Amino acid sequence: MSVALRFDRVSKSFSHHGGRMLLRERLVELARHSRPRFQALKNVSFELAPGESLALVGCNGAGKSTTLNMATGLLLPDSGKIEVNGRVTALLELGAGFHPDLTGAENVRVNAALLGLTRRQTNARFDEIVEFSGIGDFINEPLRTYSTGMAMRLAFSVATASDPDILLIDEVIASGDSAFAERCLEKIRSFQRDGKTLLMASHSPTLITMLCRRALWLHHGQVMACGAPGEILDAYQEATQGSASVSAGGS
Amino acid sequence: MNGRRFQGDYFFLFTNLILKDFKIRYRNMSLGILWSLLNPLVMMGVLTFVFGRVVGGERPQYFPLFVLCGLVPYNFFTGAIMTGTTSIVDNAPLVKRVPVPREVVPVASVLSNCVHLMIQLGLLVGIALAFGIRPGAQWLWLPVVWALYVAFVCGLALGASAINVFVRDTRYVVESFNLLLFWVVPIFYSFSSIPQKYAAIYRFNPVAALVLAMRNILLDRTPPPTSLMMNLVLAAALSLAAGFAIFSQLKMYFYERI
Repeated sequence: MSVALRFDRVSKSFSHHGGRMLLRERLVELARHSRPRFQALKNVSFELAPGESLALVGCNGAGKSTTLNMATGLLLPDSGKIEVNGRVTALLELGAGFHPDLTGAENVRVNAALLGLTRRQTNARFDEIVEFSGIGDFINEPLRTYSTGMAMRLAFSVATASDPDILLIDEVIASGDSAFAERCLEKIRSFQRDGKTLLMASHSPTLITMLCRRALWLHHGQVMACGAPGEILDAYQEATQGSASVSAGGS
Repeated sequence: MNGRRFQGDYFFLFTNLILKDFKIRYRNMSLGILWSLLNPLVMMGVLTFVFGRVVGGERPQYFPLFVLCGLVPYNFFTGAIMTGTTSIVDNAPLVKRVPVPREVVPVASVLSNCVHLMIQLGLLVGIALAFGIRPGAQWLWLPVVWALYVAFVCGLALGASAINVFVRDTRYVVESFNLLLFWVVPIFYSFSSIPQKYAAIYRFNPVAALVLAMRNILLDRTPPPTSLMMNLVLAAALSLAAGFAIFSQLKMYFYERI
């Protein structure tokens, strides 16, 4: 097992309408044979050795989330290959399986099962999950009584309790209060110390330099550069400022 | 998950998903699971009154029980196929964000309806006992026919839920079909009253087949005939095969379409 995660010339495009089609529109589309598509990733290749950490940088719509989603296996590439060795847990949209009418404890169990934990593992880690979230007695209240931050904390606690080999993060630690953000950061660091692989998308230079040894810059679905976080961030910031001044000059 | 193996515990996963549906449905209702009993009881009362008293003619023995033997399979079918069809679209956050095999979603939604089913079957058995019908060896067929029937509905739900992602009108087609089904399943009339030339068509309707099996077991006190069991087995096998085939062809496009 030489690599934890490998993207080999991966491309992905989406159709523009996003799928909300009624029968009539579908027939029209079939008749016209026209399918305008949006190219989200173009020939993206990178490799992550076990224990390595990589940050994805780039502006909105550059393909960071698409890359993360493909690494989870939720999204398949149009072309190219993705190789994954180990259990992947994604901290993308936290609490995707949460339901407002269920209590915190019930949501923890449902989510743990969805993340692939067994009954025994869930029972064994339950107290630890609740403890880490800092929810306290609220754990037996319906989730709708929680603040956004509390729900996030609970979701983060369940997701990290699933003991992944590869952790995918999409800027979740940005929300929540600073005390909890600190604990999340500490948790991620302890993952790194345990030799887990990390792939994260972030806009925060501090976070990137703190957590990652390498950064990958994506622009319109293409890899612009890959290297040490400092250099990549400089190049990226220069380019975005450059384009901002160009568009400012043009108007 | 697409192509990648789910390493978790399916039993634990299904238990949790079924419990979740059950809790969500009843937590905010003051009458709770009584609703599961009330609906078939009211329908049974109305149908017994209309077809037993208003519309003339000879009625089968134990008419309320006879009607309920038709209603319980019909209710399960309509409820399960409806939630099953919309399950993938309704659980979009789950399908888009949680790497769990997508087949789990429609199957769990059908199985969640089994909780109601158990309550309604309890009611059915209770009423049968109240009419003085004694349990016999043929009652052992009940779990068999129901397991086949649930498998049949799971297959349909798999296919319909996948198609509903692409053609959102599917749920309205299913809704209309359910209305139609009420009349073409022998709920308030008996199979013997169907003219010979249509009887053959009825035989191919698995919902009608289950109604007949229920009446065989509870009212006629005989095991369901072999031909009927063959029909149910065939229906379950075909529907599961077709359902899985359609679902696995379409599931890779779900992410983009919901």
